[in-house]
Parts: sequence; C-alpha cells; structure tokens
Amino acid sequence: MENRPLEYDYTVAKMFMLTTIILGIVGMLIGVILAFQLAYPGLNLMLGEGLAEYTNFSRLRPLHTDAVIFGFTLSGVFATWYYVGQRVLKVSMAESRLLMVLGKLHFWLYIVVVAAAVVSLFAGVTSSKEYAEFEWPIDIGVVVVWVIFGMSMFGLIGIRREKSLYISVWYFIATFLGIAMLYLFNNMAIPTILGTAADGTSGIGAWYHSVSMYAGTNDALVQWWYGHNAVAFGFTVPIVGMIYYFLPKESGQAIYSYKLSLLSFWGLMFVYLWAGGHHLLYSTVPDWMQTMASIFSVILILPSWGSAINMLLTMKGEWQQVAASPLIKFMVLASTFYMFSTLEGPIQAIKSVNAIAHFTDWIVGHVHDGVLGWVGFMIMAALYHMAPRVFKREIYSKSLMTAQFWIQTLGVVLYFTSMWIAGITQGMMWRAHDEFGNLAYSFIDTVTVLHPYYTIRGIGGLLYLVGFLMFAYNIYKTMSARPVEERELQNASPMGA
Amino acid sequence: MDIAQLQAYGYFTLTIVLVIALYSYIYHLYSKKKDVDGVDYESYSDMALKDDLDDTPVSPKSDEKEK
Repeated sequence: MENRPLEYDYTVAKMFMLTTIILGIVGMLIGVILAFQLAYPGLNLMLGEGLAEYTNFSRLRPLHTDAVIFGFTLSGVFATWYYVGQRVLKVSMAESRLLMVLGKLHFWLYIVVVAAAVVSLFAGVTSSKEYAEFEWPIDIGVVVVWVIFGMSMFGLIGIRREKSLYISVWYFIATFLGIAMLYLFNNMAIPTILGTAADGTSGIGAWYHSVSMYAGTNDALVQWWYGHNAVAFGFTVPIVGMIYYFLPKESGQAIYSYKLSLLSFWGLMFVYLWAGGHHLLYSTVPDWMQTMASIFSVILILPSWGSAINMLLTMKGEWQQVAASPLIKFMVLASTFYMFSTLEGPIQAIKSVNAIAHFTDWIVGHVHDGVLGWVGFMIMAALYHMAPRVFKREIYSKSLMTAQFWIQTLGVVLYFTSMWIAGITQGMMWRAHDEFGNLAYSFIDTVTVLHPYYTIRGIGGLLYLVGFLMFAYNIYKTMSARPVEERELQNASPMGA
Repeated sequence: MDIAQLQAYGYFTLTIVLVIALYSYIYHLYSKKKDVDGVDYESYSDMALKDDLDDTPVSPKSDEKEK
C-alpha cells in the first residue's frame, strides 16, 4: 500500500467543470443566434430552406433554455458540490470507493441524458411544457441521475468529520429536495400509447409521446409553480450556496453574519414556493391566488437581500480586494446583480406594473440580468477559484480575466437596458387606444419600433458569449500554467499576468 | 363551513404559525448566540475558511474525537 497523505479527490468536480464550459458555450451560442433571429428574421433560414426545420427560432429556443439551465447551470452546481462538499465536510471522496463510483456514474448518466435531450429537442420531440420539454423516457433518465446525485450527496454527508453542515451545504440539500419535488410533480404524464380515444382507438402516437396529467388552468398553475421554482432552486438556491463558500474563501473574510445566513435560508425556503403564481396575473387562476403570489413576491426581497447584503458586508473593510482581484470583482458584481434582479422581480409582480410588463421583453430582460449577471458570473467565479486548486496551477492570465469581466459586464448592461426600453415600449403600445377604444397600434407596429433594441440585445449577448469563450480559453490554458505550491492556495487564487 | 372556507382558515393559520416560527427563530439566534453544542454560530464561518483536510473541524463528530 502506498502511504500518501489523504487529499481531496476532485476527479468528478473536474468532469463537471468540463461540461459546465462546453454546455455553457453551446447554450449561449444558441442564445445569441436566437437574439439575432429576432432582430433579423432571415437568419431563421441561415442554413437554407432545407435545414430550416432545425434552425428556426421555435426549434432552437428550448435548446437554448434547457442547455443553459440543465446543462451549464446544473453542471456548475454539480462541479461546485463535488468541490465544496468535500472541503466543508472535511472528508475526501477518495475515502469511499462507493462514493467515487456514484460520482462517476452520476456524471456519465448525466452525459447520456444530455445527449438524449439534445437529439430529441433538435428532432422536435417535445412535451411542449416550457422548461420541461423532455418526453417521459428522458424524464425517467433525469430522475435516475437526480437520485444518484442525492445518494452521492447524502453519502458524503454521512461520512463527514465536521459535525455541523456549513450553510452552503444547506443550500445544496435544498436544491436537491426542491428540484426533486418540482420536477416529479410538473412532469406527471401519461404515455399516449396507453390511452384510448373516445372512438375506441388505442395505442395512439409514437411510444415516446405523452400528455400531461394536468389540463387548462390547473396545468398553468402547476407549470408556473414549477417554472418559477426552477428559478428558485436552480438559479438562486445553489448559487447562493456557492457565493457563501467562494466569496469568504477567496477574500479570506468570515461571513459578515452567519446567523443572518441561516435566517435568510429559512426565509427563502418559506417564501419562494408561493410566488410562482405571479406568472399568471390577469389569467384565469383565482384572484386570491394572484394576490397571494404578488404579496409573496414582494416579501421575497427580504431573504434575497438578506443573503446579498450579507455577502457585500463580508467585504467590509476589504474593498481594495475588489479593485485588486478580478475574481472578487466577478463575485461582488454577481451579488449586486442578485440584489438588483430580486428587486426588479417583485416590482414586476405588482399587479399594476404587471399590467404593462406581462408578455413583454422586460420579463426577458429581467431573467437575463439575473442569469447573466448573477448565475453566470458566480459560476464562472467558482470555476476560476476551483481551477488553481484542482489543477494545482495558477490561473493562466489575470489580465484576460479582467478584460473578460468588463466585456461581459458591458454585455449584460446592453442586454437588460435594451430589453427594459423594448419591454415598456411594447407594453405601452399594446394598450394604447384612441378616444373610441380602438387600439392605436397593430402588432407589427411594435415589431418595427423594437428592431434597434433587438439588435442591441443581440450585441449584448454576443459580448457575453465572447467573454465566456475567453473564460473557457483561460481555464484551458490554466491546465498548463505555472505549478503552484500548497501555501499559495490558502485564500486569494494565484494568477499569472 | 365549505371546503373553500376551511382552506382559507387553514392557509391563514399556517401563515401565522410560520411567521411566529420564523420570528422565534430570529429571537433564538440572536439571544442565545450559541447552538446546543455551545458553539457560537459565527464560528461556523471557519468551516469555509479552514477547510483543508487536516484542519481541525469547528465541531468534530463525536466518534472522530476518540481516534
């Protein structure tokens, strides 16, 4: 037997870092194509009439959303879990052969499900539920992957040396439980081959098609309970978990108030699940439910800002680090965008504001300042922090990182400002009428007016993608950069010029 | 009382109970300052800052102490 000192084992974390980057590039590239298709509809035919089926907006759109949500973000969540989990529990995956097998199985089955999802969505096979497009065979695959993730997570917690669970672990557990519950209930469906039509015919449609167990208003309610909480448990909870680890660790500062982090956690858990109904304001769901969703959305500011302010205050007295380190810049801006979009969301959920905002580009703008500014920045920061530690090499280039930061920040700003203007313009034009109540504009009038803003949005998205490619290159080059000593890895990450 | 009324009362009661629970939790955290193991909540930040495999855990699992 070799007598080497025990080390953390980052094999699985590295695997998921790779998919975070690859699926991030794929998802964001498709997003940029979609943005330019909206500005220049001719791009729907960019590969000619023959391939238009595969290149049109409606075929590509679920590929964009699912690639960035279930590809980029979830891979980032998995990568950070397999890194942070070991460290805060003070136990190495190398200590358990079972955990290593589960971790690798988790990764490879995830790859199989991703491949199946990409192929089926390109082929146009979809259950037509937004962010839940996968048909039942893929859904079963997703559930299997998720259960293995859970076994892997609780297995590691089970053999920990640290008795208490660090706040990030609470958030990762909440992610696991929340998504499990949401995904199962929203995807309840009956394969059509099991059904019988009114005229007695059975075995209808292809074997992989299914119909939802819910219909009409009930379907809408379950769908948005799912849809909004996918934002909660996919885009908020695990990302808060990340920042609670990576910002204190990188800056060397203890969390400003650990008590506040516990409090914000329970506040977020309690409030978030009730807010999904704000997607259905002015629809056929009961009025009290709409009001409740509005109220809970506004209350949601408190736990969200609790975490965000806690992070900003963690930097108290250490703001020179923000100027000095591009890595800290990413995290502080992520936290700031988190505050910003968790203020914007509740404002949009107020009924009178929603009367203008509903169905407009302002909503798209809101989603993207959240995901680009908060989720994307935080995941990239996490990978930047992890890279020197898992590869035992300094980050390849600090100046490239700084340039990336500013390019992407400009991209996000262009994205959300153009969508604000577009959205509010749209909302005002749709409702404008003359003194007899006739609508002042037809739909195409709004399309013409919005063209410049759609172009700006496309440019904003392109800048973000360019920054992401710089990130991918920087991480790739890090793998062959200057090796670092253990002492260089205490807090601030070592970076090359 | 019909089902809708029951639901409404149930929902209202649940909200009040959860609000009381949350505020009690805040009161508990800030008045006690320490958890049942006598560890100051704020020292749990060290779980991230001192997270090397050979760092001492903030509150080790009891079976680990014996080794």
